[in-house]
Order: sequence, then C-alpha cells, then structure tokens
Amino acid sequence: MSTATHKLLKGSTGDWEMVIGMEIHAQVTSNAKLFSGASTAFGGEPNSHVSLVDVAMPGMLPVINEECVRQAVRTGLGLNAQINLRSVFDRKNYFYPDLPQGYQISQYKSPIVGEGEVIIDLDGGKTATIGIERLHLEQDPGKMLHDRSPSLSYIDFNRSGVALMEIVSKPDIRDAEQAKAYVTKLRSIMRYLGTCDGDMEKGSLRADVNVSVRRPGAPLGTRCEIKNMNSIAFIGQAIEYEARRQIEILEDGGEIEQETRRFDPNKGETRSMRSKEEAHDYRYFPDPDLLPLEFSQDFVDALKAKLPELPDQKKARFVADFGLSAYDASVLVAERESALFYETVLDKLASRARDGKMAANWVINELFGRLNKEGRDITASPVNAGQLAAIIDLIGEGTISGKIAKDLFEIVWQEGGDPRALVESRGMKQVTDLSAIEKVVDDIIAANPDKAAQVKDKPQSLGWFVGQVMKASGGKANPQSVNDLLKSKLGV
Amino acid sequence: MTDLTSLTLAEARKGLAAKNFTSLELTDAHLSAIEKARVLNAFVMETPDQARAMAREADSKIAKSDAGPLAGIPLGIKDLFATKGVRTTACSKILGNFVPTYESTVTSQLWRDGAVMLGKLNNDEFAMGSANETSCFGPVGNPWRREGSNTTLVPGGSSGGSASAVAALLCMGATATDTGGSIRQPAAFTATVGIKPTYGRCSRWGIVAFASSLDQAGPIARSVRDAAMLLRSMAGHDPKDTTSVDIPVPDYEAAIGKSVKGMKIGIPREYRLDGMPAEIEKLWEAGAKWLKAAGAELVEVSLPHTKYALPAYYIVAPAEASSNLARYDGVRYGLREQGKNIIELYENTRAEGFGAEVRRRVMIGTYVLSAGYYDAYYLRAQKVRTLIKKDFEDCFAKGVDAILTPATPSAAFGIGEKGGADPVEMYLNDIFTVTVNMAGLPGIAVPAGKDAQGLPLGLQLIGRPFDEETLFSLGEVIEQAAGRFTPARWW
Repeated sequence: MSTATHKLLKGSTGDWEMVIGMEIHAQVTSNAKLFSGASTAFGGEPNSHVSLVDVAMPGMLPVINEECVRQAVRTGLGLNAQINLRSVFDRKNYFYPDLPQGYQISQYKSPIVGEGEVIIDLDGGKTATIGIERLHLEQDPGKMLHDRSPSLSYIDFNRSGVALMEIVSKPDIRDAEQAKAYVTKLRSIMRYLGTCDGDMEKGSLRADVNVSVRRPGAPLGTRCEIKNMNSIAFIGQAIEYEARRQIEILEDGGEIEQETRRFDPNKGETRSMRSKEEAHDYRYFPDPDLLPLEFSQDFVDALKAKLPELPDQKKARFVADFGLSAYDASVLVAERESALFYETVLDKLASRARDGKMAANWVINELFGRLNKEGRDITASPVNAGQLAAIIDLIGEGTISGKIAKDLFEIVWQEGGDPRALVESRGMKQVTDLSAIEKVVDDIIAANPDKAAQVKDKPQSLGWFVGQVMKASGGKANPQSVNDLLKSKLGV
Repeated sequence: MTDLTSLTLAEARKGLAAKNFTSLELTDAHLSAIEKARVLNAFVMETPDQARAMAREADSKIAKSDAGPLAGIPLGIKDLFATKGVRTTACSKILGNFVPTYESTVTSQLWRDGAVMLGKLNNDEFAMGSANETSCFGPVGNPWRREGSNTTLVPGGSSGGSASAVAALLCMGATATDTGGSIRQPAAFTATVGIKPTYGRCSRWGIVAFASSLDQAGPIARSVRDAAMLLRSMAGHDPKDTTSVDIPVPDYEAAIGKSVKGMKIGIPREYRLDGMPAEIEKLWEAGAKWLKAAGAELVEVSLPHTKYALPAYYIVAPAEASSNLARYDGVRYGLREQGKNIIELYENTRAEGFGAEVRRRVMIGTYVLSAGYYDAYYLRAQKVRTLIKKDFEDCFAKGVDAILTPATPSAAFGIGEKGGADPVEMYLNDIFTVTVNMAGLPGIAVPAGKDAQGLPLGLQLIGRPFDEETLFSLGEVIEQAAGRFTPARWW
C-alpha cells in the first residue's frame, strides 16, 4: 500500500490546494424511528407512518429507540472511533413547516461517538486516511411537497423522526477523487455493518460538502458548504466546480463569502442558498425531556464482539491468504455483496490455496466485466458462486484450459447448467494424451520447415507454434504439454 | 342533595361503598353546583354527559363490588391535561378547539381507578401565571372574599380553576400541575391542600408542556387524606415518559395519622424575608409549634442559595418554554392566521394565539438561549440550580426529614391588583415554592390559618425525594391542629 498524493488545481497565478470536509447524513437501519414507535418503511402513502410524537402533538414525549443507539455504536466501532459512554441529546431550535416540534433533537456538545478514522481506497491501490471528528444521532424532518397544488404546500411526515447518523469528517480530504472515495468507503462500512442501507436515491445517505481552497501549505481559506448531495458522481462534479469558482474569485482579487450553496446537476454548477448573515441561531440546549444517554463499556464490548469482518480487514486477509494485489482485494471488498460472492466461490473451491487468486481474477475480470457490460447487479448474476467455483476447479485441476473456460463461462451464463457435466457432454475436455498432441505437433513442424529452422535463433517465435497447435486441437490441447513437446522437438 | 358536595373524597368513598347514595347522585350534585357557580369561571368546559356516563359505569362496578379506589368520585381536570375526545386548550387561543385523540397518562390512571370527569378547569395560559389572569377564557374568581368586601379575588395560579373549584365544592378533587408553585400557591389562596410530588413521580405524557424539567402533576383536594388518595392513582412509572421514575407507588393514605414523633423539621432562615407580613410569620411559628407538640424536633437550617432561586427559575423556565411552545406554529393543528408566506403565517398565528405573558416568556427564553448569551444566562442558571439542589441535600444529609416554610408571602389579592406595571411583582408570589421545583423535591401546601381580613393562608412542607409519605403525615398534623376552612358562599 502506498499513500496517495492529491491533486492540485492550476490557476493562472499558480497551484491551489483544496481542503474538503464532509457531513454525511446516514439513515439508521431500524424498524422504528429514533424517538417513536412509528415505522421507518420507505414509500408509504404520505403521513401513513406517523405517530403522535412525530407530529409534535401537545404533551407528547420522545423515548429513545435502543436499536438506533446500538446502530450508532456499531458504526462508531466500524470507524475505529471513540465511543462515548455518556452523551446528551440537545434541541436545535428553528422554525420550518417540516419540523413539527420547532426543534430537531440532535446531539451538540456531547455526541455518542467521538474521533475516529477511515482509510479510503484510491486509484492504483493507493490509500489515504481521513479523520472522523464525530458521529451523532438526530431526527430527520418531514418532507415538503410543493407539486400537489399551485398555491399550497403539503407536508409528508413519514420521514419525520427517522434516525439519522451525522458523521462529520475532519478537513482532511484534498480533492474530488478522495471525497468520492470517502463517501464510497463510509457507505461500504455501514452496509457491511448493516447500520445504513446507503441507498442514495432514496435519500438514505446525503452529504453536505465543505470546500475551501488555499495555496499549498497556507492557512485554511474561507469555506462554502454545498448542501444535500445525494450522488457520489455529483459530489465530485460539485467539488471541482466549487473549487474552480473560488480560485477564480481569489485570483481576481476577490474574497470568498462564507455561505451555503446548492449544486444544480443539470447545469453542473453550485448556486448560493444563503449567506452567513442569514444563518440560524439554533439556540441549542439539552433536551429536558430526555435523560443523558448512558451505557456501559460492557454494552459496547458486546456489540464489538459481534461486529462482522469489515472491508479493510477482509482486504488485508485476501492479500495475505491468496496473494491478491491490494487493488484487486479492494475491488472485491468494496461492496459487501461482491465480497460475499467471492467468499462463497472460495468456500466451494476444491483447493482455495491453489485457486484462490485465480478465483479473484475470474470474479473481477470475467464476472464483474460481464455484469457491468449488461448493467446487472452481483445479486442478479446468471452465473452463481457454485458454478463459477466449478469452472475454476476445472481449470485448476487441468481438465480445461483457460481459453476453454471462457467458452464454458459463456455457456453457463447463457444456458445455465453444471459446468463439469457441460465439459463432459460437449467434449470440451483438455487433451492431455501426449501421443495425440505429438501427432499434431509433428504435423505443424513438418508443414512449416522454415519457421522451425528459425526457432533456435528466435526463441520467441515458439509462441507461434503453440498458437498453431492449440488452434489445430480446438483449444483442447494442454498448453503446458504442447510447450514441452515443441521445445524438445525444435531443440530449444 | 347539595350537601353531597361538601363531603370529603374519603367520606364520599365510604358513602358510595355503603350505598348511601350513588355516583350518579353525587355527580349530579356536583354538576348542578358547577352550573350555579359559573360566575367563578372555574370550568372552561363542562362535560355533563360524559360525567353521567362515567358515573353510571362506576355505579354498576360498585354494585358488582368491582370498584377501583376512586370509583364514582367526580373530579375536575386542569385544561393542561389532554383528554381524549374533549377539547384541551391549555387556556390558550393558539390551541383553538384542539381535541386530542389521546388521554394523558395521569388522567387515564384516574379513569382506570373509577373516577368521573366533570369537565376541564381554567388555568393560566400554558400554566404561565400566579393569579389565573392570563387564561384566554378570562380570570377565575376565588370563592374566598375579604371580610366585608365584595371584591373578587384571584385564586392564585396557574391551577386557579382547580383550586377554586375544589374550594367552592364544585368537584371533590382536581388535577393540577406545578412548575414553580402552580399547585401550592393556589391551594394556599383557597384553603385547599395541594401537593407537588417529586419530579418523576407522575408521568408528564399528555400534559401540555410548559417547562419540561420543572413540570409535575399533582392533586388539589380538600383534605390531606383526599390528596393522598388522588396522588396514589395519579403517580407511577410510565415508559412513555423517560423522566418518570420506576419505583413503586406507596399507599400514601397509610401515612395519614402515622406518628411524626422524633422527626426533624428544618426551619430555613433564608425564608424569613424582609418586610414579610407579621401574620405570615405568626402562622409559620404556629405551624412549628403544632409539629413540636406532635413530637417533632425543630431545627434551624440554612439554604444559602435561596435568594438566587427566583431569578434562575425565570431563566430556566422561559428557556424551556420558548422551545416547548415552538410547536404551536399554525401548521398542523390549532389556530392558524394566514399570511403571505410561511414566516408571516408563523408571526400572525403566534401573535394572535399567544397572550402577553406567554409572549413575554417566549421572548425571555429565546433571548437567554441565544448565541453569546447562553453561557451568561442559561448555563449560569443551571449552575445555580445545582447549588440550590445541593443546599437541600446538605440539609437532608444532616438528618432533617422535612422543611417547613410559608406557602406564599401573602394571602390572595384582587383581580388586576398585581403585576400590571411590573411582572416581577407577580413572580414574587412563587418565592417560597420555586426552590422546590428547581430541586425536583416534593412539596405540600396545607391550610393553616387566616390573615386579618379573614383570607386563608397556607404552610408548605418540603420533603426528601420520593418521600411524599412524610409530607402527608406532617401535613395532617397541621390540618388537625389548624382545622378546616370553608368559604362563605357568595356566588
């Protein structure tokens, strides 16, 4: 593993460095909301998953959902972060129609999770470490519906009170690629943990991105916050645009105004939402309806003991056990489902020590390649882990060549079936009978006396003979035997 | 049948059990008393049909010997408690005709035990006031008048409707809430018994919130025993209120008549205010003498941070209130005053919906929580609160069982007489009671005598956390010594 260098932006007056920090809002995977028993199911009729608490009826009180607490602690452990045994819920006061209480219950001074770190995976197997400042629990507001009437706005409170984890990074991110890798990695960790489904289209994961620029090594510049990004690709575009915008202003002798901006994906630009002067005074204070949230180290340890293997650990294990490259390993572990598929293949292999690495290549190159081409998800793969393992076994044991294996893969992809039976029934077995191969070899040498004479001087032309023999045998000849025979007959 | 209304709750329970009268008769007697006493403006909503239906059900249960501890007892409910299907307004215009689809935990426990609801009682808007003058339904009259005077006096507040109705024999007991003295001060002004239990003893679920860390429900009744009976039904752990405490509710009535011999009663020297009326001083001394006569030991104690309690209270309570009342925005329920945009809708609704005192406290609360002021006000007030709590803890650690103080610095005053020019004049009513809320302790107000003009005065007993029983025992000693006080009927 090597540590990444980041991208600098060229301006007309020299290089600029980006400084990026992110606040990720991740919806906690739980059946019920943070402080009420109402369902968190997505896509119900408007206002069908709403309790008296969620719409702030007079006299209603919040009661903490312990599952959400466990999920936050699990996530904190996944971020190698400090778990705070005592944290406090505060009220963040502001008026907005989608905020029924007139305040959001959040955690301000004492969050449930403190400092941690995330290793992000960059191009070429490089990595970088991004610091986590904190993670806290808070309520999601409802949703305004502006398109139901020309003169009125409606509110759907189904989301109101759903638990969110706000994960705040340190300003350690230095370019758009790192930012995208950071979100990708956080999403991956939470999906492994089962603490957030990471579905950005449904709004389960949103990011506020703080961007500033400076001369390399200079003090921090003034930042702008781009709110509510719900696509990793847009995050990259927004950062590139925003940094360019700031550099242009600074190079023209202007100053950056601290403000909140919005990204317009159609135009690919960020636009001002509100300036610092318009910023709210949230009048945070501890919510008197809730006691401080306290739990024991035993509670944390019990959760820790049951954590699944996380992507970084898995990656390290794949590298160590099967000799995979860091890059291949990170491709395999990026999605929990991909890693699971690979591990299922491993489980079914006759010899994972022999073929583990080959299996990784097959999963990444053949399977992922084919899935990508057809826009399919790993969970909808026509070739299952057992079938792929069988194909790899057949190669590993020498029954078929790699080339034949690709044909076999195609047949299984198209038609399904048991690879071993298919090899048998379609006569795809590799020819290892030396006398049969020898005859082909002799024929080819006899037909090409000039080339045979040249081989002694140009050993690399041996490959041409191998290709000819393989072609003549329909790809079924064992390449190693062909090689050996040719070498002895041609005297190289 | 009108004499049925003059029974205590304990007497009525006996009569019902002996089938001397039915709950329906008892309920009808109260309904007719309420009708005749409308000039007091104690009830803001009468629910006669519901009352009779509940009474009939109680009667049938009594007949089957399946009666709960409060079976057939007609009660009034402060309008701060959400009552399912019955308008609940906290006496604020902003709630309009709000009808909850839910019942508060405290009232549901009363109905569980067989009590009958006569209607909803007047209170200061959102329980903010000490005279019941801030209600959107208008002020409540105190059944007591100064001797030889026709001036209508306030019953105190915020539970003014509760105190007035209980004193005027309109109901056998009432629910009330106390954030800074709202049970004990009106009880003292009307010669009724009011107890604010320990914070966490009663569930706050379904009670319109004023200041969440201070609010606590409790009963107002005509005797210490009645108050004990009511509190037993009202109290208890509620998983829907995280701040309610999961410890068993004792049989408070069993504490009545228990010997107080050897108990150590603290007399806090800081409660001896400059310029305190001589009759208050006299009453306090009389109370001490009665307890001593019953075998208690009196000791002078010090609660050095007392003088900071009221200022700190008027930071903490408005701060919480400003946030608790943010939900009344005209968007989902209650009053809505349209505007050109959402900000105007908020402004119009809240300006029209909230009365002057509520607006004042929302503004104070917003101010003390603002960036740059939080540390100087809110945080500091919380520190003061910790010190006040510690004062009491130190006192109890020295073996003091309860603390005796006056309940109020004066007797009831006339409507409009106080606080017109300076709200602090009104706030001073709670000088002896706010410390108890700040410390989360139980406090009981018991009628103990009259002033020179014939108006009732009360004494307050402050107890250890969750030791309401001691307060009932001691309260009954004072009650026995002082006698019971009933106003002359003028309404």
